[in-house]
Amino acid sequence: METLQDTATKKATTSSPTFKGSGSQMLLNALIEEGVSTIFGYPGGAIMPIYDALYDYADKLEHILVRHEQGGIHAAQGYARTSGRVGVCFATSGPGATNLVTGLADAQIDSTPLVCITGQVFAHLLGTDAFQETDVINITTPVTKWNYQITDAKEIPEVLAKAFYIAKSGRPGPVLIDITKNAQLQIEEFEAYVKCNHIRSYRPKPKVRVEFIEEAAKLINSAQKPFVLFGQGVILGTAEKEFKAFIEKTGIPAAWTIMGEGAIPTDHPLNVGMLGMHGNYGPNVLTNECDVLIAIGMRFDDRVTGRLDKYAKQAKVVHLDIDPAEIDKNVKAEVGVWGDCKETLPILTNLVNENKHEAWVAQFRDYNQQEIDQVITPELYPTGEEMTMGEVLRNINEICGGDAVIVTDVGQHQMVACRYAKFNNTRSNVTSGGLGTMGFGLPAAIGAKYGAPNKTVIAIIGDGGFQMTPQELGTIMQFGAAVKILILNNQFLGMVRQWQQLFHDKRYSFVNITSPDFVALAKSYYIEASKVDQRAELKKALETMINHEGSYLLEVMVGKENNVFPMVPQGCSVSEIRLK
Amino acid sequence: MSNDTIKYIESQPDYEGKQDFTITVYAEDRVGLLNRISIIFSKRKINIDSLNTSPSEIAGIHRFTILINESYEVVRKLARQIEKQVEVLKVYFNTDSEVIWQELALYKVSTEEITEKVTVERLLRQYGATAVVIRKDYTVFSVTGHKEETDALVKALEPYELIEFVRSARVAIIKDSAGFHEKLKEFEAEEPGEERVENEFLDKGEKIFTM
Repeated sequence: METLQDTATKKATTSSPTFKGSGSQMLLNALIEEGVSTIFGYPGGAIMPIYDALYDYADKLEHILVRHEQGGIHAAQGYARTSGRVGVCFATSGPGATNLVTGLADAQIDSTPLVCITGQVFAHLLGTDAFQETDVINITTPVTKWNYQITDAKEIPEVLAKAFYIAKSGRPGPVLIDITKNAQLQIEEFEAYVKCNHIRSYRPKPKVRVEFIEEAAKLINSAQKPFVLFGQGVILGTAEKEFKAFIEKTGIPAAWTIMGEGAIPTDHPLNVGMLGMHGNYGPNVLTNECDVLIAIGMRFDDRVTGRLDKYAKQAKVVHLDIDPAEIDKNVKAEVGVWGDCKETLPILTNLVNENKHEAWVAQFRDYNQQEIDQVITPELYPTGEEMTMGEVLRNINEICGGDAVIVTDVGQHQMVACRYAKFNNTRSNVTSGGLGTMGFGLPAAIGAKYGAPNKTVIAIIGDGGFQMTPQELGTIMQFGAAVKILILNNQFLGMVRQWQQLFHDKRYSFVNITSPDFVALAKSYYIEASKVDQRAELKKALETMINHEGSYLLEVMVGKENNVFPMVPQGCSVSEIRLK
Repeated sequence: MSNDTIKYIESQPDYEGKQDFTITVYAEDRVGLLNRISIIFSKRKINIDSLNTSPSEIAGIHRFTILINESYEVVRKLARQIEKQVEVLKVYFNTDSEVIWQELALYKVSTEEITEKVTVERLLRQYGATAVVIRKDYTVFSVTGHKEETDALVKALEPYELIEFVRSARVAIIKDSAGFHEKLKEFEAEEPGEERVENEFLDKGEKIFTM
């Protein structure tokens, strides 16, 4: 006898216009309709009907069983960042759902498109403090672009369609859909799935108005020292080509936020480097000398601007952003250009004059030379006995040539990686920018590998951050994600230690962190591993790691008390950047 | 942008200092949206002086009226953050001179006290109060008006054992608004409309696009 489920599954596979089955099956059908192929998740009581339905969808939906829901959502983030698609994760109610909160906050502040499905107790139990009941909608409201609780299966198709549309359109962000267990079990006859492309109360893209682009072009054409700052908006808008065309025509030097890194290749002649607290010397100093500042898809985070009342006060600011709330939020714009930069940049490029700005670009080169002499060369080619993080990155660049995906955790190694890693391609730098989530690196790298299966994915993680989510080694073990894990071990919580050294009289308060035997730990998960503490062995060890077929963990012992420079101390202007 | 608009903007009240602003939010009627809106204020540690939710001139569209005392700059940023929410259609913010507003206040006083010590008639006349209920033990008056007016009656009644007092949130009509019917048609269209006069403050004053 054919069960109801069998019938339903068959119907789904033939994508017939109507479908009779459970809410859970409808949910999975909706995911397939939205082009989802990979789900990161963890089962539990309140999401069991969905997992039961998933049992029959193994040929269409790959489910990666993570070891903790935080790992699941970070993996979904990593997936979204490298693939450009919506990341999907499943979690159960209560603790499963609350474990998503860090990832949601991270995705919200870094504009990462996610759809998270959480199970919820039966609708009739809502508000009764039932087992594993949590008010996940209210907990996640500040950290989601949109969220919704489904209590009736009939809502599933429409809500899922909205969820995907909202997550990926406009300024992307995380969406959480909470589904009560009764709705998952409820049998319904569903209409054919219709994708959403319009919500009357939601304008993902403001209308492009050419008159403001004309004003922006006028300012740019009259500028003597124009300077472009770009962020992740260029990548999220898949406007890398349009952006490159703009800077190449105008000859304007361009610097990136860490979220925008890789939108143009590292060695592009107009790529003048990184902005912000640990950014490059020239871009920071010259922010306060340019006459027109053109910000594209970036939001003037405080780590980028330093002290705001001393930030680019001499400059007229042109701000291109898809999110109207970003314009004038931190830095007042002379001309605000609302819109998707994929649409606005070509219009702007058309209106601006060809230019070279050679003397001005040379100023960046002069500052760069000072930085090379005082900071970069000693970091990349150290003469002391201890290894530096910078030389590890230099070796990676030499081996991978800029084609690897680099995933980082948070801290000193993150700043060093962003500063020195070479990128030829967009969507290659995966880092927790806005939230600064330690523990992001390892799970995000798993997702990044699923999102970019043909690329070498290297997770660069500190000894502290690794110990926040090491359980995801289990996920790597079970599913064979070929992630290269590089632990840069300085035996300290290095970034905090650096601040304590510089600003707290070297009072090292709880930054001295001990580590387990990482090699033995990896091997206990059947992951190949090794450790180096000698420079002579470094390159070979890195080559072994990168050329290894599967996943591999390499621990590199680096100097204990190295600092990341340059640095804009907190509360200082960007032009007060210190080289030491 | 016409010169008239610039003059209009320039003649606006002081942008630097704090003043009362009435924020009007047109939104879908959805569970949880009030929370989404209120956390935009609480996240910035900004107090809401009053908040009213009501239906609007259009069935199914909700209208929030929020009163806060803040600087123009802060209110502008708040308005944009609110408008960014998926289920919010449109946000307006206006100074007191740009809106007609009312609040309703109710006062419960001892009937005995009030008939002995003060003439009810004087109260009714002087404060435009209406007696809603008169019972042996207490009387309930209502006054509709601005805060200053309803506050004045609180003061006047204080000597006579004001038992209970409550004032509603502000409700406001924007003087320069043609309602939301036309706007809604634009929102229901798939693409943003061509001609969209939005909050004059917002887009004309500062060379900013409208959504």
